[in-house]
Order: sequence, then structure tokens, then C-alpha cells
Amino acid sequence: MEQTGIFNEMLAADGTPRAPYRQLANWFETQSPSLMRKKSREAETIFRRLGITFAVYGTAEATERLIPFDIIPRILSASEWRRLSAGIDQRVRALNAFLHDIYHRQEIIRAGRIPADLVIQNEAFLPEMIGFTPPRRVYAHIIGTDLVRVNEEDFYVLEDNTRTPSGVSYMLENRETMMRMFPELFQQNRVAPIEHYPELLRETLESVAPSNCDSEPTVCVLTPGIFNSAYFEHAFLADSMGVELCEARDLFVEAGKVFMRTTRAPEQVHVIYRRIDDAFLDPLTFRPDSMLGVPGLFDAYRAGNVTICNAPGTGIADDKAIYAYVPDIIEFYTGQKPILKNVPTWNCAKPEELAHVLAHLPELVVKEVHGSGGYGMLIGPTASKRELAEFTRRLKARPGNYIAQPTLALSACPTHVASGLAPRHVDLRPYVLVGDKVRITPGGLTRVALKKGSLVVNSSQGGGTKDTWVLED
Amino acid sequence: MLGRTAASLFWTSRYNERAENMARLLEVGYRIAMTPRLGQDAADDWRSTLVSAGCESRFFAKHDEINKRAVMLHMLFDPDNPSSVRSCIEAARNNARSVRTAITGEMWESINTTYIEFMEVRPQHMSDDRLPDFLSWIKQRSMLYRGALLGTLMRNEGYHFSQFGTFIERADNTARILDVKYWILLPDNEMIGGSLDRYQWSTILRSVSAHRSYRHAYRDAHIRPFNVAEFLILRKEMPRSLAYCYDWIEESAEALAQRYGEHPPSHEMATATAALLGKGTMREIFQEGLHEFLTDMITRNNALGTQLAADYHFA
Repeated sequence: MEQTGIFNEMLAADGTPRAPYRQLANWFETQSPSLMRKKSREAETIFRRLGITFAVYGTAEATERLIPFDIIPRILSASEWRRLSAGIDQRVRALNAFLHDIYHRQEIIRAGRIPADLVIQNEAFLPEMIGFTPPRRVYAHIIGTDLVRVNEEDFYVLEDNTRTPSGVSYMLENRETMMRMFPELFQQNRVAPIEHYPELLRETLESVAPSNCDSEPTVCVLTPGIFNSAYFEHAFLADSMGVELCEARDLFVEAGKVFMRTTRAPEQVHVIYRRIDDAFLDPLTFRPDSMLGVPGLFDAYRAGNVTICNAPGTGIADDKAIYAYVPDIIEFYTGQKPILKNVPTWNCAKPEELAHVLAHLPELVVKEVHGSGGYGMLIGPTASKRELAEFTRRLKARPGNYIAQPTLALSACPTHVASGLAPRHVDLRPYVLVGDKVRITPGGLTRVALKKGSLVVNSSQGGGTKDTWVLED
Repeated sequence: MLGRTAASLFWTSRYNERAENMARLLEVGYRIAMTPRLGQDAADDWRSTLVSAGCESRFFAKHDEINKRAVMLHMLFDPDNPSSVRSCIEAARNNARSVRTAITGEMWESINTTYIEFMEVRPQHMSDDRLPDFLSWIKQRSMLYRGALLGTLMRNEGYHFSQFGTFIERADNTARILDVKYWILLPDNEMIGGSLDRYQWSTILRSVSAHRSYRHAYRDAHIRPFNVAEFLILRKEMPRSLAYCYDWIEESAEALAQRYGEHPPSHEMATATAALLGKGTMREIFQEGLHEFLTDMITRNNALGTQLAADYHFA
């Protein structure tokens, strides 16, 4: 069962449980396999009844599906978490400083630390944001930092997700479900609570209200609507924060201010937690064909009458071509060495790097610069000859569209399968909030590749999730 | 509250109520089909069912002739029929889904479970012997949602918009059922009422689940058309009568007016119709003409729904 070189988070090399998993391993020994199977089915029923679903695009029944939930939690020790959260804190501060800089004096470009073209010519760079400073100089308020672990010591950052990261509702519902099904586990283990995330989110959003707002700020969540894949989460967050869930048609702009259409008088909105992409925010400024946007929203934003979270134009900070420079970005703005590692990345736009990528394709992972969700990527070691040939063609045709990285030996966690427990590869997405201060919820969302040997954890590609525990000292 | 939220709450309740009414109309249809024909054409009875359900024209757009199975499939499962039970459940759930923040977990879980389980039913497996259980399941699921609403929803404006949805739909349903067969309720019939008429009168009562309660309200061995009409139009203890529906509608209109400190046109319309039903007598209604009265009610009821949407900015 043990694959060579794969770090197993539960079992040490000698087959004994690692410290954070000791209690869990003892407990699991005493559980009958049939009970575990029953609990697993129960969990599915709970999720389905609650309507915790997501939509998969491009399938015939493009309706709602469940993300499979694995009942075995993923566990991090307090000291592991301290280091991770310090690294995340450092990273999100640096990325916000970077965003402020490139939309103002562009010191980092002048200093020659990052090529000007990479920023200015980037599709994710929004010229409309130049010279504008959002409240508290925060651009990316809600960030999901994707991490993978490769051994006892090392975590790598895969992506920073500074636009509209999703999945936090699964983090919360996974915990609720685990507490409902296995209360005894929470008596045996000191698991750091996460249920206050919605309060932290609301505090964060209120803390970045426009400076001219002299009342209690009104916050709303802006969703594309019930057919969006993450609609459940939008509703969940609005509900748990106690704010309105709006669609674009519920909002309008008048005299430079944003209002909600209510049953009575229009109500001014100060902070919008938007879950729609930049291009769809405002048809007057961005895509004129957008049915989702609010005409005039961007002007209201630039006039300082409403705060949009995350700010438009933050996509540049999680662009896959910029990613390679994040260690430089951290050093440039914080003067410190990065705490978390970056995965070595080849930028295919550079001919010498492209040549290396083409020569080593079967060992590499190739990603689209602007892609997400695990769509349109190549995993060299498991790809067929045809897929490799296809990607060679694509890389040659549009090299600037791709980056490549070595295939990481993602750590594995024990996962409940038909035969009992088996190691499956996992990643981790902690959720970070940036407002008047940085708030990091202990743990995050663990995604697990349920197919044996698979390295793709995306829910759209057959991945599942686990409850993620950070143990307290 | 967002105007769109108010609209969705209104429509969730309205579609939930409609799903239940459709199931009840089908139940009655099946009962008729099981009874000896009494010299009548079975297709006529199914036609009345379609007309009461407001599905007649849609049905004939797809079918050339009436038969039991076609009507059943059309009213239960046809996604092209906006009033089929399937369409109602889907619309109720989509509306509920778009206002998850304004309804309780219990309400959501009940409508969501109904939707999931309904979608698992295969129309081709819906045989005659399974149908009664299925119809009563639909009614129970609808009542469960309503029970969750009454038992868990805060008494704020959302509650009142929900009540509007339920009772505007229910009043419409009752008025339609009466209007489809109004002539058999005319007083002249009482003298000449044969077994066919008696049978029709009890069918009307069944369509609104009132065949038992009627006996308690009118201590008389015979079903009398005058009483049937009165029971369904004016008696406030009958929970599907027009007067009962308008009692609730008036209450909700008043509560919203109090809450917002304004009396919009819909408030006036609700009060006027409620007063008409509160003070009216059956003699006057028959004098004026039962059919005319019912048509007027249906029109008023529709107009109220439209005005409500305008007054409270339903998106």
C-alpha cells in the first residue's frame, strides 16, 4: 500500500501513528467497519438534505451534485499550524502591498524585481484601478491559499486565490457534520473551533466600509444567482452573517451611491462581498453584454461610496505567471525571507524555459495561466501519449498561455474506502481575511483525490473533502 | 427586505399551495373514474378536472384527445405545463433556494426533500394502484412545508408575503372549482336534483377536502347546492372558503400596512374584497348571478396579486 516517497500524514515510516493522529487511530481501531460504512452514508444524506451542493459545468445534467465527504478528519498539530499561519499572514500582507504598488507608483517594477510587461500586459491587470486606493489599502480581503505538503517539514503554496475563493461553507459544514456524527472525537481531541468564521467575515467586511460611511455599514453578498455552481455557499454566507443575499438586479446606483431595492424605500449598501467576476461587475465599465452586473457600480466604487470585496483587479496577484515572483514580492515588501515555499515554476513564455518544459513534459504538471478548477491542465506522469502530444502542440502554439511545475509528491491522508482506510492525496486551503487586521481561521478545507493514485483534488474532477483539525496545545 | 425576496416568498408559498391543489383535483378525478358512469362521458369529467386546474389549453396543445393517463401525466409530471405538480415543486424550490436567507432550515429541508424525492419518481412507473399513495404524499409534503412555515418562520414581513401567496392561490383554486360547475349549484337544481347532481355536489366538496366538514357544518342528511356554495364562499370556519382566505389576506395586508406605516392600493383592494365576503349573503350572490360573482372574484384576486407586486417592488 505504501507508495515510496509519499508522506503519509497519519503513519510514520515505522507504521506507528504520528502524534497528532494518535487519538484518532486508537479510536478508529475500536470502530466496526459496518458502522463506519453506515456513518459514511449518513453523512451523504445530511449533505443532500441540507442542499449542500455544487454544479458541475459541461456535464449533461448540469445541475447540482454533492461533493463527496470523507469521514476521516485531516489533523494538523498546533506547532505545524503556527508556522503555516505565520507564512500565510506574511504572504497575504505582501500580496496586498504588491497590489497597492502596481496600481500606484509601481516601485517593484522600477526596482527591476518584476518585468513591467508581465504586469501591464497581463489580462488580469485592470487599468481602471490605477491611482485608486481602497479603504485601508486592502485589495484582497478574502483569500484562500492553496497548500500542499510533501514531507514532515515542507509545505508549498500552489496558488493564492485572491479573487473569489470558494469552499469555506464546506469547511464549516464538514465540521458541523463531524460534530453531529462523532461527538466523542471532539471530547478526546482538543480541536480549535472554526464556527466563528461568519462573524470574522462580517467584522472584516465592516472594517473596510467607505470612510464616509457614518452609520453602521450595510453589507451584502452579491451572487450571480441560483444557477451558479457556488450558489449554496453564497446563500450560506449571507445567512450566517445575517446580511442580504443580492443579485445584480436587486442593486442600483443613484447619485454615485449603491442601493438595494427593498419592499419599501431603497437602502444604501456600503460593502459588497461580491461573488461575481470583475468582468461582470458593471456593464458600463467592463463587459457591456453582462446580465449580471450593476450599471454604475464601478463609478460608485471609485467615488468612495461603496467598497467592493475583493477589489476589482486583484486577479493579478494570483495570476500563474506572477506566481513565480511571489518570493521576490514577499522580500521586496516585507524585507523578510518567505516562510512558505513556492513551487519551482517554468514560465513557458520564455523560450529557454519552454524548451526545458517540452523536453521534460512527462514529469511535469502544465497549467493554463488563467485557468482554474483543474480544467485544462496536464499531469505528465499519468498522461497518455496522445495527451502529451496534444499539450506539446498547444505549448508550441501559445506558450505564453502556460506555466509548468514539477509533479509534487502530495502528502496522503487516511481516507475511508470500501476496504477500510487507504491513503489518498490531499491539499489544504486555509481561509484568510484581511481588513483592519489579518484573521486566519485554524484549519481550512482539505480536498482529497478519492481515486487511488490521483493527484487532482478539484471537486469538479472527482475530488472530495475532509474536516480539517488544528489541535490546540 | 429585498423586493425580490418578498416576491420569492410569495411564489414559494403560492406554488406549494398549487401543488397540493393539483393533487387534490387529480384525486377527485380518479374517484369519478372509479364510479359507474351514470350515462355520462368520462372525457367530460376529465375535461372539468383540466379546466378547474387551468390546464385545458396547454393540454390540448399537446394532445388530441382526453384520456385518464394523459391527463394524469400532464398534471403531475409535464415540465411544459407550468401548473403541473412537478413544475410547482420545482418553482417552489427554486424560489425558496433564491431566498435561503429568508426562510428557516426546516422550511428549506422540507421543500428540498420533496423536490429530491419527487424527481426520483419515474412517470412510466406511476401505475393506477400507486397513484393514491403518491397523491396523498404530495399533499402531505405540501402541508409539511406549510407547517414548517407556520411553526418556525418569524412573524415579520416575510411571513405576511408568504401568507399572501398561500391564500391568493387558494382563493383562486376554490373560485375556479366552483365556477367550472356553477350551474349545478343554482337553486333551481335543488328541486330537480337527481343522483347525478348529488354526486356532483359531493365531488365539489371533495375537491376542497370538505365532504366531511360539510356534514358537521350543515346538520342535514342531504347535500344541498345552496349550502355547498355558501360553505365554499362565505363560511369562515371552512379553511378553503373565499371568506376564510380573505380574512387572512386582509390580516396580512393590515400587518404590512402597520409595519410600513402606509396603506398602499393593494391594502384597499384586500379590505374591499374581504368586506364583500364578510357582509354578503348567498341570496344576494345568487340574485346577482353565481357565475358573475365567481368571475368577479377571480378577477379581483388576480388584480390583488398584481397590485401587491407593484406596491412592494417585487423584482
